[in-house]
Amino acid sequence: MIILDSGRVIDPANRIDGTRTVLIDGDHIREVREQPATPAEKLVHHVIDCRGRWVLPGLVDLHVHLREPGEEGKETIATGARAAVAGGVTTVVAMPNTKPVCDSAAVARFVAARGREAGFARVIPAGAITRGSLGEQLADMAELKEAGCACVTDDGRPVMSAGVMRRALEYARDLDLPVMVHAEDLTLSAGGAMNEGPVATRLGLSGVPAAAEVAMVQRDLLLAETVGSRLHVAHVSAKGSVRAIREAKARGVRVTAEAAPHHFTLTDDAVAGVLPTSAAGQPAGEPYDTHAKMSPPLRAESDRQAIIAGLSDGTIEAIATDHAPHGALDKQVEFVHAPNGVIGLETSLALTLALVRAGELPLGRAVERLTVGPARCFDLPYGTLAAGAPADVVVVDAEKEWKVDPQRFYSRSRNSPFSGWTLRGKAVRTFVAGKLVHEEGK
Amino acid sequence: MGFEMALDFPRHLLELEALTRPQIEGLLSLAARFKRERARARAGEAQTDRRSLLRGRNVITLFFETSTRTRSSFEVAAKALGADVLTFQKDASSVAKGESLEDTVRNLDAIGADALVVRHPAAGAPRLVARAVRASVINAGDGAHEHPTQGLLDALSLRERWGTLEGKTVAIVGDIAHSRVARSNIHCLRKLGAHVRVGGPSTLIPSGIEELGCTVARSLRAALTGADAVMALRIQNERIADARLPGARDYARTWGLNARTLEMLPKEALVLHPGPVNRGVEMSSDVLDSPRSLVMDQVDSGVAVRMAVLALCLRAEVPA
Repeated sequence: MIILDSGRVIDPANRIDGTRTVLIDGDHIREVREQPATPAEKLVHHVIDCRGRWVLPGLVDLHVHLREPGEEGKETIATGARAAVAGGVTTVVAMPNTKPVCDSAAVARFVAARGREAGFARVIPAGAITRGSLGEQLADMAELKEAGCACVTDDGRPVMSAGVMRRALEYARDLDLPVMVHAEDLTLSAGGAMNEGPVATRLGLSGVPAAAEVAMVQRDLLLAETVGSRLHVAHVSAKGSVRAIREAKARGVRVTAEAAPHHFTLTDDAVAGVLPTSAAGQPAGEPYDTHAKMSPPLRAESDRQAIIAGLSDGTIEAIATDHAPHGALDKQVEFVHAPNGVIGLETSLALTLALVRAGELPLGRAVERLTVGPARCFDLPYGTLAAGAPADVVVVDAEKEWKVDPQRFYSRSRNSPFSGWTLRGKAVRTFVAGKLVHEEGK
Repeated sequence: MGFEMALDFPRHLLELEALTRPQIEGLLSLAARFKRERARARAGEAQTDRRSLLRGRNVITLFFETSTRTRSSFEVAAKALGADVLTFQKDASSVAKGESLEDTVRNLDAIGADALVVRHPAAGAPRLVARAVRASVINAGDGAHEHPTQGLLDALSLRERWGTLEGKTVAIVGDIAHSRVARSNIHCLRKLGAHVRVGGPSTLIPSGIEELGCTVARSLRAALTGADAVMALRIQNERIADARLPGARDYARTWGLNARTLEMLPKEALVLHPGPVNRGVEMSSDVLDSPRSLVMDQVDSGVAVRMAVLALCLRAEVPA
């Protein structure tokens, strides 16, 4: 048995925040108790002194791009899953926009098998909504679910046809499969490279209006409400979306949502090399920094505040990174030509804790958004330290100050907008199914 | 004036937003001198030979968009200072597929460029170039971001007419959203103490433009009333294709400068256009060719301003 002795256990699923000892028996949690490890236990079991450390359920990240199959130069399932556990993330949902697209059981099984072989974070595939994610014909959703897909999504692109989306929601409802949407009206976002507004205007870049997201969120909420299916809104970036989701929840629509650390940490000023005052002291970037380019784009300060409010009041259940690896050369180009996306698996915990330190999000809420919140969106049995639950646990040194050096990331890519930032809080030990898969400094 | 001032000027000219008022004024004074010298030479009076200033230096113009005016103007300016000039015209779309911008400019740098004059359809591209090379980088227009020498030459023409821009009001009318000329002018005119209004159909006014320090006029009358100068911008056909404008005729009717609409402008006010002009769309022929039009003077100012930019960025010692 592994005994995590006398750490501060924060387990929102079981309403625990206090000094506890966690007993791991094989691949599951035996119990979480107040009594510290006894001298007898210390003789027999592997007791790890967790005094001064936090002990959390392993983090669950509903939105990562692992690039395999097809773009293994950017990331592989193994390197991505390794990066995940270094960041305290024990479960990742792998987006289906690979080459080929994960629209068949064959690809889904391949992704899951690669994840198991790698032996780091749990890798759960997401299937496509439509064949080839082309937005036209439905993908084989029943088959995808059987192959282990936790949801379906055409992430990276929206299902532009409302008619197809309606049928997808209906079909997925029969399977009780959540439909994750990348909400973007392409006719509104066409040509845009960053958030529409004063910063884009000053830099001479075409903008993507917030309405491109909000209009699509509204459409899909309406369809989900009509159909009665489960909708999950990916990477919420605009305050209008937060409001729409909040109102829909109040009406009883079955909707869940996620937000990314870059959206609650940065604003579109980052494209001009300027950081929000909440990030004072961190190194500013350069104008036209392509590491500030993603879809949906970084928005205004009022949007950032709305996302934090949504995380706080439960409108947004999950913090998800939208980890999107790209090669250095891909990003070292003119801003308009740079691909969208940043990596985030190794910084999400510390950036979330920064919100807590800034007084913007209570600690218990923050941990919930990283663990059981996302797990419940897709009915995953993780993110909890309940007796009998899978032993996915992360031991955190909450005070550890560290400098973000992408060269030292486990991810194969380096495209982080937080390079050079000094952050506090790091996973020092990560367990998946009772197995130690990451130990800081080892 | 001369060397001391040159030391204070940045090595790269990427944007006017980053320049200080003294830097702009110093540059304009030098440009005014070059312009007077050119006028005297044209009139057959004193010849001032400036070809020793950049003798033996290589100026490479690297244009990823077709341009004849700006490129020729830079080339004439560089030659007037004695520089050797090389011209590269590249199609940005083919470059995007093949060699990266960085690789392209590193090669030119290795050839021995002292200055790279870059025009590129992507906003921010000259900054990317400046990071990659040893040479001075001069932005000759990047996407909808800035066109610094255009802003400077407009300021020079206006300053020569008015003495100072302090307290003057300049209206910029047309496609503000896609205009690098508008952005450079807003920054430059404001730094020199002028008030700037922008006007045009709402589809061509970019969101948050007020934060650059200008006001937005919602009608041509509001733009022109009480203005000391009006600058019309070129309207491009793409704006019809992307549903920003119904057509040239409808634009000319509401925002075009012609004998009728110019009644809204004070009598002594000046008219500018960065060229090339769509006669009859943003400006009618009678306005373009009228005595209040500065359009040809702008072209003349362009060469002088580009001489001054090259001299300052390349640290030429200009004798008093």
